[in-house]
Amino acid sequence: MNWRASARVADYGVHKFAASRVDWHTIREDFPILREQAHGHPLIYFDSAATSQKPRAVIDALRNFYEHNNANVHRGLHTLSSRATEAYEQARQRVAEYIGAASAQEIIFTRGTTESVNLVAQTWGEKFVRKGDVILLTVMEHHSNLVPWQLLAERTGARLRFVPVLDDGTLDLDQLPSLLTPEVKLFAFTHISNSLGTINPVAELCAKARAVGALTLVDAAQSVGHMPLDVQELGCDFLAFSGHKMCGPTGIGALYGRAEILDSMPPWHGGGEMIVSVTVENSTFKKAPHRFEAGTPNIAGAIGLAAAIDYIESIGRSAILEHDSELARYAAERLTALPGTRIFGPRAERGALVGFVMDAAHPHDLTTFADQYGLAMRGGHHCNQPLMRRFGVSGTTRASFYFYNMMEEIDRMMEILHAAVRFFS
Amino acid sequence: MSPEIEELYQEVILDHSRRPRNFGELPDAAVLVHGDNPACGDEIHLAVKFDPAGGLEDIKFTGHGCAISQASASLMTMKLKGKSRVEVTEMLRAFHDLVTKETSESPKTLGDLRVMQGVRKFPQRVKCAMLAWRAVQQAFEQGSGETTVSTEPA
Repeated sequence: MNWRASARVADYGVHKFAASRVDWHTIREDFPILREQAHGHPLIYFDSAATSQKPRAVIDALRNFYEHNNANVHRGLHTLSSRATEAYEQARQRVAEYIGAASAQEIIFTRGTTESVNLVAQTWGEKFVRKGDVILLTVMEHHSNLVPWQLLAERTGARLRFVPVLDDGTLDLDQLPSLLTPEVKLFAFTHISNSLGTINPVAELCAKARAVGALTLVDAAQSVGHMPLDVQELGCDFLAFSGHKMCGPTGIGALYGRAEILDSMPPWHGGGEMIVSVTVENSTFKKAPHRFEAGTPNIAGAIGLAAAIDYIESIGRSAILEHDSELARYAAERLTALPGTRIFGPRAERGALVGFVMDAAHPHDLTTFADQYGLAMRGGHHCNQPLMRRFGVSGTTRASFYFYNMMEEIDRMMEILHAAVRFFS
Repeated sequence: MSPEIEELYQEVILDHSRRPRNFGELPDAAVLVHGDNPACGDEIHLAVKFDPAGGLEDIKFTGHGCAISQASASLMTMKLKGKSRVEVTEMLRAFHDLVTKETSESPKTLGDLRVMQGVRKFPQRVKCAMLAWRAVQQAFEQGSGETTVSTEPA
């Protein structure tokens, strides 16, 4: 197998693909909120790319922690503190296993993807990026993987470059040789576009970056809960993600960084938890990951995230990928057939979402209308303004899916969209 | 069809969004205001010409966005043409109350604008309805030239 073929295996998880025998209707019962109604209609939750819903197992894990184990971590010698510390560090281990990190020391708990990217920009970036260096991004980046680099460029005099996006929503990789030059210190890009659903060839991009001596940062916010993913197979140096898009609580996420790089980075926030010893003049700092976790961390959040990982793994990420892909493929097909509708993103493999615009109604009118029928979608620029500009629209309507969604819900969405066409035209 | 949605998108509003009135350029405008609702991507380019007394002699707009923002701009330009600065300020306040306050009795002076009342049930859409009004307010404050206004203060 050549490296390109193995990259495809890592990117799409095809080697772990298994025929799905999951009873998705039963799985759906694990999510209490999906029994809610909105405006007198059964809720159809098609906004999981913004945040996913939470299974009872995660809700129970949070409750269980607060009812039985709550204490601060790493500092108390009492029973509860030991339990809390153990659970928190076990959660780190669980995250490491989940994404294929070599060790738990490579996992820093953060508030989510945004904080993870900012951590890299403000620690690694401040130390290693100089005037004239280049940070390579893509036009499809979420603002969270764009603005931190703009701020770094302002502070350091570094330059930003962007890989263009083709009409079909994929990256224009023909441009890569002229963009990915030795001045590039970091190539930061998304795994799955939150507006287009494009699945980028991460392993291939990482290999090319490595060849010119650039580090890589992968924004895995839209992929980590949806497909098998292994940081060592992908070959990335950093990987950022949020817990709340993968069945976990809000306010918790992680940054993976290769150990040798993390240890070379200066601390970020100063405070308790991250020091070895402190005098009034100065301090010495712990090694990664604790060096980057100043203050009392989101203990319950980390434990909830571990519970979310256990839950996802009990279903299997290959099965989830298969189910989500079917939903996205079916939705794209049905939307393409709807007159006066333009869908965005690749025709082939796509993440669990479809962005579209309709001649009949503006995304905000459409999402307001749909909400009246219990259908939750997102309308707007999806924190992707440069990408919206690239496609000449101010925003799109996005239907995004997760494994608790059903084909029947897409049929219902289409009925509602037909009603919207009749209403607005 | 839910009553809220029928009230929000009354036929008058849909009609104005499909065929906005006073839509176009105003070559001899005194002020041009570029209004922007960055959260939604709605844009209104409002051109205003004042009469010698400082009232609104003529007003036109271009732009794009949701039905609420475009219909609101269209209805507003029809209502405000020929009004004095004081009248415009009073109407702005009355319109803001109309789309935000659940209890307010909508004043008769608002006339056709009262069709926008359904917006009050949709707090996320208030900015869409107010965009054109923010622009006209800015036009009076600016007096001449070209300027911008945003529903999100920077």
